[in-house]
Amino acid sequence: MNRRRLRALLTKEMWQVLRDPSTLIIAFVLPPILLLLLARAVSLDVEEVPMGLVQEGDGAHTRSLAAAYRASPWLEVTAARHRWELERDLVNGRLMVLVVIPADFDARLNSPQGGARVQIISDGSEPNSANFGTSYARGVFNNWLAQQPGNHVLPMFELQPRFWFNPELESRRVLVSGSIALVMTIIGTLLTAMVIAREWERGTMEALLATSTSTAEILLSKLLPYFCLAILAVLGCTFMAEVVYGTPLRGSLAVLLLISTAFLAAALGQGLLISTLSRNQFHAAELAVMTGFLPALILSGFVFEIQSMPEPVQWLTQLVPARYLVSSLQTVYLVGDVWADLWPNLLAMLLLGGLLFALTFAFSRGRLD
Amino acid sequence: MLGSLGHAMAREFIALMRDPGSRRILLAAPVFQLVVFSYAATMEIHNADLGVINADGGRWSRELLQRLEAASFVESLVPVASTAQLDELIERRQILLAVHFPADFSRRIEAGQPGQLQMIVDGRRANAGQVAFSYIRTIAADLQMELAETRTDIRPPPQVVVRHRFNPNLQYRRFILPAMVATLAMLPTMLISSLSIARDRELGTFEQLLVSPLTSLQIIFGKLLPAVFSGLFSSLLILTLVVFAFQVPMTGNLLLLFTSLVVFVFAVAGIGLAVSACCSTQQQALLGMFALVVPMMLTSGFLTPVDNMPDYMRYLAQMNPLKHILVIVLGSFLKSMSAMEILANLWPMLVISLGTLGGAVLIVRHRVG
Repeated sequence: MNRRRLRALLTKEMWQVLRDPSTLIIAFVLPPILLLLLARAVSLDVEEVPMGLVQEGDGAHTRSLAAAYRASPWLEVTAARHRWELERDLVNGRLMVLVVIPADFDARLNSPQGGARVQIISDGSEPNSANFGTSYARGVFNNWLAQQPGNHVLPMFELQPRFWFNPELESRRVLVSGSIALVMTIIGTLLTAMVIAREWERGTMEALLATSTSTAEILLSKLLPYFCLAILAVLGCTFMAEVVYGTPLRGSLAVLLLISTAFLAAALGQGLLISTLSRNQFHAAELAVMTGFLPALILSGFVFEIQSMPEPVQWLTQLVPARYLVSSLQTVYLVGDVWADLWPNLLAMLLLGGLLFALTFAFSRGRLD
Repeated sequence: MLGSLGHAMAREFIALMRDPGSRRILLAAPVFQLVVFSYAATMEIHNADLGVINADGGRWSRELLQRLEAASFVESLVPVASTAQLDELIERRQILLAVHFPADFSRRIEAGQPGQLQMIVDGRRANAGQVAFSYIRTIAADLQMELAETRTDIRPPPQVVVRHRFNPNLQYRRFILPAMVATLAMLPTMLISSLSIARDRELGTFEQLLVSPLTSLQIIFGKLLPAVFSGLFSSLLILTLVVFAFQVPMTGNLLLLFTSLVVFVFAVAGIGLAVSACCSTQQQALLGMFALVVPMMLTSGFLTPVDNMPDYMRYLAQMNPLKHILVIVLGSFLKSMSAMEILANLWPMLVISLGTLGGAVLIVRHRVG
């Protein structure tokens, strides 16, 4: 490999990157925006559940229970006297949960027959929110019940959850790792695939191949700048996460860079393979989105838990490099340098990278059209 | 004018469909994505491995453990002998959470005090942990309710009756599959529309379009319609699969849903075209599209509920056509949404499509080449 030629090619690539604002925007502007969105906007924690409270009667117990609901910080209560007033809001999505305290609530509480009932009606069309909303509404009721005098049965079980590594349960700590994975996929796979495909589309790749540079030099000059850009983006994300959002890296920076490098080996390999298979940008973009970006979003464990997926799909996720990245990033951010957890992930990413590069080599033999 | 428009459209269609690889992707991708992602995307917990530290061994811990083992979401219960083993199991992700019964658990319950059950959860998988926690809480509550009903010495205690409307068993598939109808249609539409004008600019054929007798409006419409047809094709294909293959019942009006999908696709294509009109290369257009698509998906309610977002984000979400179509699609499938409600969510998308298309026309007119 001729170093002078390589340096010349790298300089050319660097100028191309610097002259195109879109590349720099993706590397330096999109990550902060993504982090902002993931830290502030997107929350898997359900906080203020919009709840409708229907208070059909006026008894003391009814009023006391209604007050308990209104006082809950987890619920945003809209009150009404009749069911029909709020049912429409359940349909149009303005309310997540409806709690109905029937007219006979007090009567039944005071009578020896008992059997007082409170109805909780949820909007089942968003099952995750419905689950949480119902859970909160149930919780408020149970707490209220425990405080009532009389021979009510105390709750038998007191459940005390403790969330290791993430005691305040801030989902942003976990989402930081996801956003890094997305950004690295966009730069490493999508951008790389498009850049090389563009050279094929414009015919400049043929010109390059006709010169005395070797294929290896050309490829290295294309992959190296985007590798560096991706690493810079990771460092930027880490810095932002720590300084602006207060989610410090619990592991070491060196390990973070090692994980990033291993992932980029696979991501760049994928970008390269895509650009070899599809010699025009549109096609490359489609493939990169379908096989790179969407799996990184949906199959990586970032939003949806891999273990909950059916077995065949779990096997499929083993082919997605982003899965190993998300897992190792979560560990490095929230726990530390736990090698027992990190080694298998690193190995998997490197293996996938090797496989993708080998496939690229196999497909590009003797094809110059 | 219509004759020229027909020619413009024909040109775009031929350019789109000429590449066989492109055709294959456009046809096969939505089906593949629907199948894989709908199985992958779940907020439910399945196949969970739970650790068990049972210092009690008494009647109530055994009873609860029996129920946990039988629970559908639990794959296995792993006995944990020491704190060191607990550390290892959680760090290596071999268990999602561990339940800890202290030595006085059953004794306390016999004495009428709540037994304290500690749960140690892997905070890296916070959302999964919370969902699992809510399942365990339901199991404990059900146990208590069963016991209370068999006791004759006290009157029936007040209870909560939960009903999930629109989706009685809270099946996550009934949420994710309709949502996919819109989301998977958005991607090809945006991809095609955002690359359209930029590709012509990059290849130099845009100037040819400008010197032809076509007006800017015709050019824009010519570029718009292939994107719209592709999006509609995808969404109808997925809609058919969801209704017939996955058998998600449709309770609303199909015609209204179809009309809403048409408006949605126009709005999304309009956004893509506006992006394309500002860009001179395909790479810029693609990255611009990404910079919009990722936030659009995150703020639409597809991955996380809109209710969880801070107020200013909710206002931004109003400009996101995906948010509005999701309300309509879910409403049509699960809630028999009325025409009035649908219209309320339809007009923002109409405004978006007119705004973006108007903007695209203006930009094309003012930017020559």
